[in-house]
Amino acid sequence: MTNPQKTPLYEEHVKLNGRIVDFAGWSLPVQYVGVKEEHLNVRKNVGLFDVSHMGEIRFLGPKALESLEWMTTNSVSRLETGDAQYSLIPNEQGGLVDDIIIYCLQKNSDYLVCVNASNTEKDFQWFKSHNQGADIINQSSFWAQIAIQGPKASELCQRIFQANSIAPTCATMKPFTVKSAYFKEHPILIASTGYTGEKGVEIYIENSGASKLWQLLIESGQDLGVMPIGLGARDTLRVEMKYPLYGNEINDTMNPYAAGLGWVIKPDLKDFLGKNLLLEGKNKGLTQKLVGFKMIEKGIPRTGYSLFSFDNQEIGKVTSGTHSPSLDAPIGIGYVASRQSEIGTEIFVDIRGKKVKAVVCKTPFIER
Amino acid sequence: MAFHLPEDYYYTKEHEWAQVDENIVTVGITEFAQDQLGEIVYVELPEEGQKISQNQSFGVIESVKAVSDLFSPVSGTVIEVNTSLSDDPSVLNDDPINEGWLVRIEMDSEKELANLMRSPEYKKLINEK
Repeated sequence: MTNPQKTPLYEEHVKLNGRIVDFAGWSLPVQYVGVKEEHLNVRKNVGLFDVSHMGEIRFLGPKALESLEWMTTNSVSRLETGDAQYSLIPNEQGGLVDDIIIYCLQKNSDYLVCVNASNTEKDFQWFKSHNQGADIINQSSFWAQIAIQGPKASELCQRIFQANSIAPTCATMKPFTVKSAYFKEHPILIASTGYTGEKGVEIYIENSGASKLWQLLIESGQDLGVMPIGLGARDTLRVEMKYPLYGNEINDTMNPYAAGLGWVIKPDLKDFLGKNLLLEGKNKGLTQKLVGFKMIEKGIPRTGYSLFSFDNQEIGKVTSGTHSPSLDAPIGIGYVASRQSEIGTEIFVDIRGKKVKAVVCKTPFIER
Repeated sequence: MAFHLPEDYYYTKEHEWAQVDENIVTVGITEFAQDQLGEIVYVELPEEGQKISQNQSFGVIESVKAVSDLFSPVSGTVIEVNTSLSDDPSVLNDDPINEGWLVRIEMDSEKELANLMRSPEYKKLINEK
């Protein structure tokens, strides 16, 4: 193994007593003061996340739209300049290469695709080998990324960007939009996207400006209760929303319709690579479905644990599970046989050899 | 960070402590262990009367993030279990070396204590982490 890479914010994490771990080839903080406290602070105030490890791949030129349209499931043509969109890259086996966010920086000719850190190189190679004539550039080593999430995120952004006389203000941005701007002399993108279920933005900034922005956010947000947030809480926050994580809920074999992602697949609007296999899987009738569940008996579901029906048939596996800090109770996400997927169905989680009772519930797990 | 390591306790490399009172051994996790784990939200302990062996898993604690096995410092029979922990596992974060004790074991053989560390040795181990 090569040494894990450091983001431009590494020194900031060390200063803030972050507990650094190796995550997907990156040295990142799993927590600072504690997962629970950080998690609750994002729900109540505002949190800062270093997500510089995420990959950024740029599509440029007259064939940018056509190429992206061919390799992704959602309708890229519908995006106007300044729109953002959640989408999927299907493979040729009926599963997914990755899940992504596409930012339309200039309709037809300029798109930035944000991809999962661990998939960056794989996605880049995939894009290049199925390219329809776009200029595709891996810009991952150029961009740092800071997510600002929580009910007080827009107030914090407002302060930063007013002080720096930047025109776009986060408070007035609609969800899933993006604006180009500058922070001091550094070009940035302000995107109203996130992975927590809270209001907020993700700021793409060139590496050299990242720590200045981070420090300013920490300083300016003191009275708003701003806190740096580690990977631990990033995961518990997304699990409470039942947002999929590539490698857990979705992967190269699982049909995205089974994961409940049909809303970003637009087979009626366009052709795309892998379309027939995705539809074949769906039309055969999905044997499994991704559900959320809560525990009735004591225990915490964890990734990989088996799920059983009331009559002791193995019906699937837990894909993610944790103790929800917001609910102060265990929650899980997993695939179950479709006939067991109705809300209210009692199921059992095999926790270290014991069958522990749970119930399929509505998601997100928390009220939004 | 300085961890309180009572000098009369024994320690395992898996970060349990053992306090010996004649043949009765009280077992818990160290302050270092609770700090590494973070907020403890679930505890699974053995029943009274259960036989357990040195270095074998006798229970589980879970933080928000992870599952960790508990390893017994000695072999013997469980004679008392701190059942209050299952209702309030946060005691393990607040006071792991007193209130947060896990089980009391009637030890089979004092000789096994020779396999455990004393505080200076354990301190060295965690400082190397």
